[in-house]
Amino acid sequence: MSQSTPPIPPEDVRSAAEAEDAKLASAQRSYSQGQLVRRRFFAHKPAVVSMVVLAFIILLSITSIGFSGQGTGWWSKSFLSTGLTVDGGRPTMFNGAFLGEHPFGQDSIGRDYFAMVMRGTQQSLLVAIGVALSSTVLGVLVGALAGYFRGWIEAVLMRITDVVIVVPLLALAAVFGAYAQGLPGGTLTLALAIGLATWTGTARLVRAEILSLREKEYVSAAVAMGAHPARIILKHMLPNSIGVIVVNATFAIATAILLETTLSYLGFGVQAPETSLGALIQNNQNAFTTRPWLFWFPGLFIIAIALSVNFIGDGLRDAIDPRQKRSGASRPGWRTAFGLLGRSTAEERAGKQVSELSGGPTQMQPPAGMTDHGPDFGHDPTDEKRDS
Amino acid sequence: MPAPVLSYKDIRVSFATEFGDVDAVKGVSFEVMPGEVVAVVGESGSGKSVTSSTAMGLLPENASVEGEVLLEGRNVLKMSTAELRRLRGSDISMVFQEPMTALNPVLRVSDQLVEALQVHEVAFGSEALEKAIELLERVGIPEARTKIRQYPHQFSGGQRQRIVIAMAIACGPKVIIADEPTTALDVTVQAEILDLLRELKQELNTGILLITHNMGVVADMADRVVVMLNGEVVETGPVAKILGHPEHPYTRRLLAAMPLLREAGDPSLELEQEQERVSVSERAASEARHGTATGKGSGAASPVPAALEAKDVALEYKFRRKATRVVHDLNFIVQPGEIMGLVGESGSGKSTVAKAVLGLLDVAEGELRVRGENMPTLPSKQKKALKREIGVVFQDPAASLDPRFPIGDIITEPMVVHKEGDKNSRMARARELLDAVRLPSSVLNRYPHELSGGQRQRISIARALTLNPTLLIADEPTSALDVSVQAAVLELFSELQQHYGFACLFVSHDLAVVDSLAHKVLVMQNGRTVEQGTTDQVLRHAKESYTQQLLAAAPVPNPEVQARRRTERQRLLAALG
Repeated sequence: MSQSTPPIPPEDVRSAAEAEDAKLASAQRSYSQGQLVRRRFFAHKPAVVSMVVLAFIILLSITSIGFSGQGTGWWSKSFLSTGLTVDGGRPTMFNGAFLGEHPFGQDSIGRDYFAMVMRGTQQSLLVAIGVALSSTVLGVLVGALAGYFRGWIEAVLMRITDVVIVVPLLALAAVFGAYAQGLPGGTLTLALAIGLATWTGTARLVRAEILSLREKEYVSAAVAMGAHPARIILKHMLPNSIGVIVVNATFAIATAILLETTLSYLGFGVQAPETSLGALIQNNQNAFTTRPWLFWFPGLFIIAIALSVNFIGDGLRDAIDPRQKRSGASRPGWRTAFGLLGRSTAEERAGKQVSELSGGPTQMQPPAGMTDHGPDFGHDPTDEKRDS
Repeated sequence: MPAPVLSYKDIRVSFATEFGDVDAVKGVSFEVMPGEVVAVVGESGSGKSVTSSTAMGLLPENASVEGEVLLEGRNVLKMSTAELRRLRGSDISMVFQEPMTALNPVLRVSDQLVEALQVHEVAFGSEALEKAIELLERVGIPEARTKIRQYPHQFSGGQRQRIVIAMAIACGPKVIIADEPTTALDVTVQAEILDLLRELKQELNTGILLITHNMGVVADMADRVVVMLNGEVVETGPVAKILGHPEHPYTRRLLAAMPLLREAGDPSLELEQEQERVSVSERAASEARHGTATGKGSGAASPVPAALEAKDVALEYKFRRKATRVVHDLNFIVQPGEIMGLVGESGSGKSTVAKAVLGLLDVAEGELRVRGENMPTLPSKQKKALKREIGVVFQDPAASLDPRFPIGDIITEPMVVHKEGDKNSRMARARELLDAVRLPSSVLNRYPHELSGGQRQRISIARALTLNPTLLIADEPTSALDVSVQAAVLELFSELQQHYGFACLFVSHDLAVVDSLAHKVLVMQNGRTVEQGTTDQVLRHAKESYTQQLLAAAPVPNPEVQARRRTERQRLLAALG
C-alpha cells in the first residue's frame, strides 16, 4: 500500500494559524460589506437595467415640465392649460414627425396629454416614495422595539399590528386618504397618510429579524459591556437588518404606486385639478374603446415604474443575501428573472453536479477571507425564542 | 491481498464562486479495504469532507469533479442519477456530524428506518419493521420495540447518532462514510459511539472512512491515516506510524498542537507547580499593592475582594411564566488573577453560569459578587460601572463580532460605551491591543468577514481586554477552532493573562484545554457541582466517579495508550454498573 506523496513546497508546511496570518499580511484587496453588495448588485442585469429605466423616467418627468408642472422645463405646455383639440386628440408621435405638437395626444378638453402623464408620474412617484418612507420608518420603529424589548411592549405593539392587518388595506387607505385631503401639504400628506396603513409587513419582518439578531453573540457582548439599548438597536441590530429593510422598502414603493392608482381610481386619492397616473386612468376609463391612448400611456408608465422597482428590489435582495440564491458564473438573465427559464429540480441537480463543469446557483465555498455574513433571510419569523 | 472496496484516484474538485474558481481538492488518491478504518484527518479547508463526499455524489451544483471514485471497481462519478440513488444507502452510506438534522423530526424513527429498508428492497411491511427493531437493538437502543414508535426529539443526542448509524447499516453497506460522527457529542457519548462503530466494523466487515479533526478519535479507531492539507495528501500510513513517528512536518505540528490531558507523574507538571508557587506569591504581593491603591473606604486592612464569587446561586430560564431551574446551589470563588475552569457536558449549565455573570440572565437565588459587590441587586448605574470590570470572549468566531463594524470600531466599542477617551486615544489603545494579540495594525480598517476564525477570536480577546477588566468570561473560546489555531490562541491567552493579570472564568467541555490553562476546576453535571478544587486535585486525583468517567472518556492521540485507556474505562464503567 504505497502511495506517492506529491512534493509539497516548503511554504505550504505551516500550521493553519500561521498560514492565515500570512494570508492577512499579503495585502490583498479588501472588500467592505457595502462593496460586496454593490459588486453583486451591478452584476444583476435586470436590476441594473431597471435602475437605468427608473432614472430615465424620473429625469424625464422632472425636466420636461419642471417641478411645478407649469411648463417650466423643456416641454413648454402646462398640464392644466386647455386648448383646441387637434385631430380628435390623437397622439402625434406616430405621424412621421419626431414628437409633434402633442406626442401623447390630448384629452377631451384639449389638455396636452404628455404634460399630464409627466405630472401624473411625478405625483405617483412622490406618493410612492412618501409611502415607502413613512411605512418603513414606522414599521422599523415598531418592529425593533417589539423585537428587542419583548414582554408587554411586544404584546401591545404586535396586537396593534394585528388590528391594522385585519382591517382591509384598501378601506384603511381610503379613510386615511380622504382625511388627508383636508390637510395642507397635498400629495405628500396623502403619501404619509397611506403609509399609516402599510407599515405592518415591515414591522413583522423587522421584528423577526431583531429576534434572531438578539441571540447573536455580538449583541450579547454589547449587552455584557453595558451598552444602552438604543445603542444596541441603532448600531448593531438595524445595520444588520438593513437587508430586510431596504428590500422591503423597494417592494413597498411598488405596492404604493399600485395602491395610489387604485385609490385615485376609486376617487379617494389625488384630487383634481392635480393628477396622478391612477387618476388619469380613472378619468379616461370610458374612453378606452374610442381613444385608447388616454388609457395606454399612463398604464405603460405604471407598469414600467412598478416593474423596474420590483427588479431593483430583486437585485438588492440577491446582492444583500447571496446565500439565498445564485452567484458565481451564472447570473440571472432576463428569462430567469421573468421565470421563463425554470431552475432545475433537486433531482436533476443531484445528477448533474458530478459531470457538469459550470457553476450553479448555490454558492458553497467563497474564497477564504471573502465569506459573507450578511443578514439571514432563512429565519422563521414565527420562531418563538426562549424568554431569557 | 483483497481488493479495495473504495478507492479514490487522483480526485480534483473545484468550486465556481463569485471570485472565480477555487480548487478545494488537488489530486487526492487513497483506498479503503474491507473491514478497515481509514481516517482522513486535516484542519478546516483541507478538503477532507469534499473528497469523501464525491463517493456519494453529494457535492453542490457549483462543484466540478475530476478523477475516479471506484466502489468495488465501478466508477461512481460516471453513474447516472438512478444508479447513484440505488447505490446510496445500500452499498455506501453516510453518518453525519449533527444527529438532530440527519433525522427527519416529523417522522417516527420506525418510518425512517422502514423507509430505508423498503427503498432498497431489503424488506417490506411488517418484516421491515421487525428488521428495524433488530437494527435498533443492534446499535444499543434499550426497549427498541416501544422506542421505535417515538420521534427523533424524544431521544438523546447519543441515541440519535445510534439511530443514524442503524440507518447507515440497514442495507449492509460495503463502506460507511462517517463525517465527524462524534464532533457534536459529549466525550462520554463519543466514547460509546466509537465503541459501537468498532463493534459493527468487526461484525459486518464494512470499510469505514472516518473523517475527523480529532487525533484522539483517530488513535481510538483508525487502522490507517490519511493526512490532508490544502486539498493535498501530505502523509499516509498505518496509525501507529503516523501518530507515533510522523514524517511530514505538518503532521508533526498537528500532533504537537493537540492539547494534552496530563496524567499524574507527568514531568511537565512538577515544573509548572514550581512556577505556580512563584507566581502565586508574586500575585499576592501585587494584589496587596493594588488593594491599598484602590482601597475602598473600609480601610486598607480589609482583604482584597474576590474577582468573582458565587454564593448558593440558582439560575432558571423562564418560558411562558414557567421557570425551569437549570443551575442549583452553586458556590465558588475566583481570586484575582486566577483562572477557573468550568467543565461539564452539554446541558450541565456551565454556559448558563457565564450568562448570569455577564448579566444576560437574572439570578433567581443567591448572590453573585463581582469584586465584592452583589451585581444583580445593584442600581443600573453602578451595574454599568461594574461591567467595565468584566470582559467576554464567546464561542462562535463567526457570530461574536458585528459584521458591519470595522475591526477598529469593534475593539474600541467598550470605550465608546463607557465614554472613555477620545478618538485618538481609542485608536492608540486599539493598536496596542492588536499588537498584544499579534495582529498587524492594518487590520483596523478591515471587516470581520475578511478574517479567519482564529483571527476573529483574537479580536474578541482584544475587545474583552480594552478596558483592562479584572475578570474575563471565556465561554468555550476555542472549541470552534482547528487544533493548531486553538493551540496558538490558547498560548496567546495564557500569555495575556500573565501580562494583564485578569481573573478568568473559563467555560469548556475540553478537559485537556482546561488542564493547560486553569488554576482550579469546577466540574458540573445537570446544573449541580460535582467536584471542585485545584486543577491537579480534580484532573489527576478525581474523587467523584463522574469526573473519573469524564477523564477516562477523553481520547488521547496515541493508539497504544488509547487502547489501554479504553480497557481501563470499560473496567471503570463495569465497576460502576
